[in-house]
Formats: sequence, structure tokens, C-alpha cells
Amino acid sequence: MTHAARRRVLPGFGLTMGITVLYLSLVVLIPLATLPATAFTMSWEAFRATISDPRVVASYKLSLGAAFVAAAINAVFGSLVAWTLARYSFPGRRIVDALIDLPFALPTAVAGIVLTTLYAPSGWLGAPLARHGIDVAFTRTGIIVALVFIGLPFVVRTLQPVIEELDPDVEEAATSLGARRMAVLWHVVLPNLLPAWLTGFALAFARAIGEYGSVVFISGNMPMRTEIAPLLIMTKLEQYDYAGATAIALVMLLLSFALLLAINGLQAWTRRRVTG
Amino acid sequence: MNSLTRTVAAALALSAFAVIPSAAQTLLNVSYDPTRELYQEFNAAFARYWKAKTGQTVGIKQSHGGSGAQARAVIEGLDADVVTLALAYDIDAIAQGGLLNAGWQKRLPNNSSPYTSTVVFVVRKGNPKGIKTWSDLGRPGLQIITANPKTSGGARWNYLAAWGAALREPGGSEQKARQFVSELYKKVPVLDSGARGSTITFVQRRIGDVLLAWENEAYLALQESPGQLEIVTPPLSILAEPPVAVVDKVVDRRGTRAAAEAYLQYLYSPEGQEIAAKRHYRPRDPNVAAKYAATFTKLNLFTIDEAFGGWQKAQKTHFADGGVFDQIYRPGTR
Repeated sequence: MTHAARRRVLPGFGLTMGITVLYLSLVVLIPLATLPATAFTMSWEAFRATISDPRVVASYKLSLGAAFVAAAINAVFGSLVAWTLARYSFPGRRIVDALIDLPFALPTAVAGIVLTTLYAPSGWLGAPLARHGIDVAFTRTGIIVALVFIGLPFVVRTLQPVIEELDPDVEEAATSLGARRMAVLWHVVLPNLLPAWLTGFALAFARAIGEYGSVVFISGNMPMRTEIAPLLIMTKLEQYDYAGATAIALVMLLLSFALLLAINGLQAWTRRRVTG
Repeated sequence: MNSLTRTVAAALALSAFAVIPSAAQTLLNVSYDPTRELYQEFNAAFARYWKAKTGQTVGIKQSHGGSGAQARAVIEGLDADVVTLALAYDIDAIAQGGLLNAGWQKRLPNNSSPYTSTVVFVVRKGNPKGIKTWSDLGRPGLQIITANPKTSGGARWNYLAAWGAALREPGGSEQKARQFVSELYKKVPVLDSGARGSTITFVQRRIGDVLLAWENEAYLALQESPGQLEIVTPPLSILAEPPVAVVDKVVDRRGTRAAAEAYLQYLYSPEGQEIAAKRHYRPRDPNVAAKYAATFTKLNLFTIDEAFGGWQKAQKTHFADGGVFDQIYRPGTR
């Protein structure tokens, strides 16, 4: 019977799909749909003027740029951390492993205040750096430091299980067949990690774009220089300009969505190449 | 306003409550950040007074946050019986939302501000830079700490104090005031999003030579780091009037009008004034003021109505998008 042939192995598709759609709508779609609904209470001219204001444009560039740099830093060093945790056993490994999750759990404002205290010109790290002419707190560097902090667990936690799944036997086999270390890394290890690595990067990047709590403390909030887009949304709200605030948010949302879509596309492409 | 933001805002504001065990009648006072201790003490005093007067037990919950954020929470449905905020502009916004009458500020004495404050300078011990007056802030090489007036209601008073003082200098003009304020903000290395943040930047991170602060906040900073700071009261400053109001729609629905009105009126009583003075807010009552004369240095004060024609006008000229404050930071002016 054709009907039976279309049956899934596991029952309950209708129910789970229904719950999925309902849940996604309630949690993601409906809240996000209110954004354009509120933004479009303003005229097209006003909308365009809001989002093309030099200060707003500067904040987009800063938010996206700093998030990208921070995600890239995490992509490099986070993978090393993930590799170390997955492949080696050393005293205190469990403690280090638990530390990775702290940025998830810590209220971001606390992270911001701690990092600012540390990196301010009078702080433990800030003072020696300042003597060498490097200012961290209240500059763009400070923003990146905060974003690296909150983004780290995303890269480590995405890569770690994949590295644990990698069978060292394959690397040994490649070596025994005469491949040099770099060749093993390049042709055997990296292709297998690439999809997860991109996911980790995308998660860290997405998280950093919208980050507010930790950044406002360390950024110094100087217009045109260290104002992030979420701060401008807050200043609009402070003037009871809900439409203006949502206009900025809507553009942020579209930019992030386009970027994440591109990264997902890249990831799918690499996965096809790996699995053949 | 969509109902979702309303719910979220209400939930956020609710999380800030200091919950008091169930009582016959409850009032919710939605206030701004630095009044937490003031209202803790005042609430207990009012509950005693109300019990003695009417025999009713009244429990008062308080909610604190940034003045603007608190006003938004009330507009979006947080059931505040009374609001006690940092500036009239925020209560005006609640009135525009239809929750109370537009003439609210005339209903209680003294512009509905039972206590006041002013903007003073906090400097390092011994006042190494010799800062005495507003014009001293114009000296090159100084670093000045104040919060971002776009995100902080308290910082808006700082900005207006500087502007108004420059306007009242001999030979002062709008042009000169604008120049003075522009120069001043170019000496601000960090624009924190709230007044407390600025205090931390100045006191704990030791950044800057002078902090512009409300007098009551300045006293708190002094208490927290004894022997490190000094308060300099300039000869002229703004009269900061944090206003209070009963939220008509809420008290009528909840049937709490009598208690809510008495609550605000009690702020003007000798006991209420005394509590405010103890928390370093300037009392309106001349007798209480005389008692605390040593704390509050005499100075010439101008009001926002005198210098700027009221909050609505000041907000529109100075703090709205594209206003004078934004122009200070426009590219090419730096």
C-alpha cells in the first residue's frame, strides 16, 4: 500500500512536527515578527534616516566587526583548548573543563565589570599594558576582549565532542602510510573538524553581535568610536522612541541573519565535501 | 506598544521587588536607582503613621531601576500606585501614555518634588587640580567623568547644570554655553550608561580629575571610600527636582488612592523630610533644612523651568536625536 510505504519508522511525526512549529512560533517567530510590525509604524523616510545616521552606521560596523574579530580569535584559540581537553589527560582537566562554561553562566554585567576593573588603566592587567602604550578598557580592543570572553564556550563546546569522536587510529594509519604531521593535520584532521568549527564560529559570532551587558561597561560608549548598536537601541528607548529602536534592531537582525545563512551555507558545502 | 514588550518589561521590573509579607493593603512605589535606602526607611515610617492614623496595615513594595526604564515599565503595564522618578520628563511620558493627568506636577507642592538635590563636583583628596567653579572645568588637560545623558536621567541634570551655569556667567550667551558644554564633553574619556557606572569609573578605577554627581550620590561615594575624595560645591548649580506622582489609572482600579496620596503627602511631613535629609537629599521644609544646614552648602540654584523652559523643551533641544548633545560628537567636530 502506498500509504504504508510512506510511513516513518518512528511514529509520532505529526505530533512532534506540530509541537516544533508551535514552539518555534511562540519562542522565536512571533516575538521577532513584532519587530518589523513596530518598525513599520514609522514612515519609510524616517526609517531610512534612522538606519543611515552616521552614528548608527558606525555602531553597526563596530558591532559586526568586533563580533567577527572576537569569533575569529575564539575559533583559533578555542579549537586549541578543545583539542587539549579532548585529547590529553592532565591533572585538573575536569576543573579546566568546568571553567569553560563559566561565561555561559555568569551574568554578563558581572563579566563586564570584572573585565573593566582588570583592564582599566589602574587595573592589574591594564596598568602594565598602559605603560607600554596599550589601552584596552574604553577602546575597541576592550570590546573585543569582552566578546572573546562570552564567545569562548561556543567554540569549545561545539568542537570538543567532534574531536573526541575522531579516531586517533586514522591519524596513526595516515602516519604509518608515510604522511607527514602537517599533511595528517591538513588532510585528515581539519576536514573532519571544519563543519563543527564553522558552527562554533557562527554561534560565537551571533552571540557577540547582540551582546550588551558586558560591553557597555568596558566600551566607554563614546559616540562614533565605541558605541555598539545595542547601546543605540537603548538610547532610543530612553527617548521613548520605540519605532526608532526597532528600526535599528531590525537592520541588525537582517544583517545577522544574512551572515548566519552564509555561514550555514558554507558549512553545508564543507560537509558535502567531507562526507563525499 | 505591543503586549510582548509589556509583559517582558513587567516581568523584569517585578524581579526587582523587595517583597513584603502579605498585608491588608499594598502600594507599589516604582522609583529610580539611588532612592533604595531612602524609601526603605520612609516606607517603614509611613506604615507606622498610617496604622496609627487609620488602623489599616499597609505594605509598600519598592522597585528600582534606571528612571527611564522604570517609566517604560509603568507605561507597559507595571501596576505602580506611585512613581518617584529622577525627572519630570519620565513622568510626563507616563502621562502621555494616559495613566495620569497631564497636570500632575501641580498637584503637590514644590513642583511635586518633596526633596531636591543639586549637581556638585567630586574631586580627589586635597583637590589637587584646584577646581572650584564651573569655569575651572574649562581648563585644558582636565578629565571629567559624567554619564551619557542619552541613557541616564541623572546625567541629563549634570549636562543642564553645566549649560545653565555657563549661561549665567558674566557675558554668558547660548553660543558660549554651547561652546563650554562641547569642550566639557570632549574631556570626558568614558561615557558610562548610568550615574552609578560613572561613580565606579571615578572612584574605583581612579579615572578622571572631577566627577559630576548629584549631591546625594556624592555623599554616598565619600562614605564608601573615606579619606580619598572631597566634595566641591560650586557657587552656582541646578536645582535637581526628582518628582513624585500618584498613577491615577492604577490607584482607581486597585482602590488605593487614599493611601497612595497620603504616602506622597507624608514625604512633605517633618518625619519624611528628615528621612530625605538623612539620605542627603535637600529637604524643602525650612525647619528640617535649618537642622541639616551644615551638610548642605548654600549656593545659588536655578531651576530647569527658569533656564530651559521645562523638561519637554530641554529634552527636545538638547537630548533628542540630532540635538545639541549629538552635535558635539558629530564627525569633523572632534
